[in-house]
Amino acid sequence: MPSLDDLKKRIKSVKSTQKITKAMKMVAAAKLRKAQENAEKGRPYSQKMQNIILNLTQSINDPKNAPKLLVGTGKDKTYLCVVLTADRGLCGGFNSNICKLAKTNFKRIIEEGKLLKIITVGSKGLDQIKRDYGKYIIKKLSFKDKKQISFREAKIIGDEIIKLFNQDEFDKCILFYNNFKNVITQIPHAQQIIPAEVKSSDTKEKSLSYEFEPEEDEILEDLLPKNISTQIFKAFLENAASEQGSRMTAMDNATRNAGDLVDKLTINYNRSRQASITKELIEIISGAESL
Amino acid sequence: MSEKFTVEIISPDRSIIKTESIEVRIPSYEGEMGILKDHISLITFLRPGIITIVDDKVMKFFVEEGTVEFANNNLLILTSSADELSNFKKTSLETLINEAEKKFENEKITDKEKYLLSYKIETLKNISQ
Repeated sequence: MPSLDDLKKRIKSVKSTQKITKAMKMVAAAKLRKAQENAEKGRPYSQKMQNIILNLTQSINDPKNAPKLLVGTGKDKTYLCVVLTADRGLCGGFNSNICKLAKTNFKRIIEEGKLLKIITVGSKGLDQIKRDYGKYIIKKLSFKDKKQISFREAKIIGDEIIKLFNQDEFDKCILFYNNFKNVITQIPHAQQIIPAEVKSSDTKEKSLSYEFEPEEDEILEDLLPKNISTQIFKAFLENAASEQGSRMTAMDNATRNAGDLVDKLTINYNRSRQASITKELIEIISGAESL
Repeated sequence: MSEKFTVEIISPDRSIIKTESIEVRIPSYEGEMGILKDHISLITFLRPGIITIVDDKVMKFFVEEGTVEFANNNLLILTSSADELSNFKKTSLETLINEAEKKFENEKITDKEKYLLSYKIETLKNISQ
């Protein structure tokens, strides 16, 4: 049985932890609102971009000469995986979920006998991945000192990827990030960006024929690199919102748990205080009786 | 029948404007282009220049690049940079022009970049006058 003093100290320490988690939750909640807004504002751009590319792809007559970014190199040998994670921890399963999904994919790729290359963005993902897959990492990026990630950062990564692609360093590129669904749910997501994944499921507006100026393939050549940066930027925004959402829920839970612990410890504390009082009383009474 | 169609300018981080218009003029890559209602479906991209949206009042935006899609009387402009002309300040304009001119003098750039830059400088100079 711990002494009264020990219990008192523990209660105090748990309470101060609770204060910290509570503050973190508040901060996350405030940041979440902004991040969520940004993510929602960013969605139309990437969606429309996808739509345009879809329309363009459908009107390409000669798929053999289409840009490689769209149709791929025709090989299926080297995979480039871009893992987007946060730079900060204490956000529940946010980073681990992305890494878990990424690692299952890495494992599959290696088992299939294909070459694997990894680019990590954000320091937390790097920490988790480098233990098992350190030798595959070709680049580590981190934007820790940036408060708000803008399109420029996404473009840096996009240009890097395109440069590698043009050097024939990989055949397929997969992006890992968390999709922000709502505050409690974030879904880790693997998206193939090279060659561009074109969903042909909604073919309602397929019959539209477009006039192109300049030619289709020229537009595509301009648009596809842009699309890659756009997709990365979208992933960034989704990730930022997910991180704050995840942190908020995690910190909310932590605050609640700390509260429960304080309650339990307080009961313990009161019990042992009562016990010591009773003990003292017994000692006095039995002392008086023996006289 | 109204003679209007919808115009939307979207940048990666926000929707800049969504409105209706009678006529929109865009600096397409191969030349200025005016779009009216029931224009044929079109996809093109932009060079630096000014987008003019004509409605009850006229709005002008400076863009550096972008992609345009027109379909079903919906004009969609995707661009990473679009600023309303009234937001430009004289001093910032001058720095922009200087930067562009410096890049222009650099001999390593390609003809395409030169072409785009020359338009950028020209448009910016026009604005600053």
